[in-house]
Amino acid sequence: MSIDLKTVKHISKLSRISLDEQKAKKLETDLNSIFKWIEQLNELKTENIEPLSSIAETKLRLRKDEIKSKNIREEILKNSPDDNKDFFVVPKVVE
Amino acid sequence: MSNITDLSLSELVSNIKNKKLSSHDVTSEYVKRSKKSKNLNTYIEETFEAALKKAKEFDSKPDLNKKLPGIPMAIKDLFCTKNVKTTASSKILNNFIPTYESTVTQNLWNDGAILLGKLNCDEFAMGSSNETSYFGNVISPIDKDLVPGGSSGGSASALAAKLTPATIGTDTGGSIRQPASFTGTVGLKPTYGSCSRYGIVAFASSLDQAGPMTRNVNDAALLLEVMSSFDNKDSTSVDFKRPMYSKDLSKDIKGKKIGIPKEYRVDGMSEEIEKLWEDGKNYLKDCGAEIIDVSLPHTKFALPTYYIVAPAEASSNLARYDGVKYGFRTEGNNLIDMYEKTRSAGFGDEVKRRIMIGTYVLSSGYYDAYYLKAQKVRRLIKNDFNNIFQKVDAILTPSTPSSAFKIGDKSNDPVSMYLNDIFTVPVNLAGLPGISIPAGLDKKGYPLGLQIIGKSFDEQNILNIAYSMEDKINFKFNLKEWWMND
Repeated sequence: MSIDLKTVKHISKLSRISLDEQKAKKLETDLNSIFKWIEQLNELKTENIEPLSSIAETKLRLRKDEIKSKNIREEILKNSPDDNKDFFVVPKVVE
Repeated sequence: MSNITDLSLSELVSNIKNKKLSSHDVTSEYVKRSKKSKNLNTYIEETFEAALKKAKEFDSKPDLNKKLPGIPMAIKDLFCTKNVKTTASSKILNNFIPTYESTVTQNLWNDGAILLGKLNCDEFAMGSSNETSYFGNVISPIDKDLVPGGSSGGSASALAAKLTPATIGTDTGGSIRQPASFTGTVGLKPTYGSCSRYGIVAFASSLDQAGPMTRNVNDAALLLEVMSSFDNKDSTSVDFKRPMYSKDLSKDIKGKKIGIPKEYRVDGMSEEIEKLWEDGKNYLKDCGAEIIDVSLPHTKFALPTYYIVAPAEASSNLARYDGVKYGFRTEGNNLIDMYEKTRSAGFGDEVKRRIMIGTYVLSSGYYDAYYLKAQKVRRLIKNDFNNIFQKVDAILTPSTPSSAFKIGDKSNDPVSMYLNDIFTVPVNLAGLPGISIPAGLDKKGYPLGLQIIGKSFDEQNILNIAYSMEDKINFKFNLKEWWMND
């Protein structure tokens, strides 16, 4: 199965990474060589195998739903790329 | 006494405890040497002045019961350090100053260690040569044209060049063990769940583990002892009784059964690596261990599996970098445009490539064929190890298929770069502990490593085996200090 330029552009859209034509073409080549190599997994029959999503196959621990951090607004906003000290600011979303 | 920077971590600890050296003596020597070693490009952020001040503070009220009393240490820039810039070697985090501390680094400071600075690595730990860093590639102290390995390349280079007495790295597919092998140092990836992942910039959450990188096995045991802890802040942290690894370190491995997996004898493996492996077996026999041939039939599928699982998890983890709450931002015409431009300008090529792979294998129509398939093969790989560990106590393999390569040699061919991790990746997929120890030199005079893989939470056993072998191998490697400036 090969990945065409249209698919590369679609994945870039899904990934929220803009690509110029040259980068898209380079990625088309890279991804095709990587996936050609990945295809060897098809040699294996895996119909009845249970997928393994994590090595820590234990039940996740539960904890009380309680507030542990207090008054950390300043800390949270400290690294904001925008200068505003009260909110995170993004381009206008609603007209 | 020999040069302070020639002493191992354990030797420094005992000298400070015996009051033969102060923390300031040690810290100032490392600061001096680090300042003369800028050519290696190991540091991203230096905290030398703060370190010297902390060393003085320590000396004024020395708590000598600590395990790392006043020991200076530079660490991989993937660990969040409170009020100290943490970049993951990415432009997108170039201005990020965490307001919290990672659990593993907090454990170091709680036990007396002092931060020297943050070390270069591959961007978001994605790479095997340290060439993907936004801050430029790290140079190996072995040769100016040589990569130190990756992703913990800055850590390996700084350790080998004696700019830090020991260091910590992270290992998702070999990022501790491969650079350790390339630089003639010791690197240990603990069992998944041993060291907390809290505050470590996430790459692939089901594979990432932090671990020690040191000059000898004893130091690795000591550092692991400090790093490893149960942590409520990491939902996959495992609550088990952690041994005193350094105290319990022993050279008695008589009767231990060591497996030699035939599938690790890969096509085109050099005679040097074959011989290294053979020598390793003989050393183990000399120590009274029993060598058993075993089979891990799904080994060749580990890398392609990894290159589905790791990018899938990475594409999800890295979705958080959107230029809104922290990090780098490029303005756009609207919200989506801002996201796309920020991520396009903020991530390097390898990171973009992996996000794209991950997004593709998780996308509608391809999930079953790739992601689910990989998870099933991951089960088969784990089962291989489970079967073998019914019969043996540990496994011996080479750490890497070759010694360190030249800068630029593999950077245009992603698959050949990925093949570097062929012996280390299966260990991450199965969540097992693995240690790489220096075992010899190739014809070019570059270090080669051997890897010992253990059962889950059996770090003590692989440390003991490594400790016994270290003695027999008696690895000697003298670096010419060509990189030093006055």
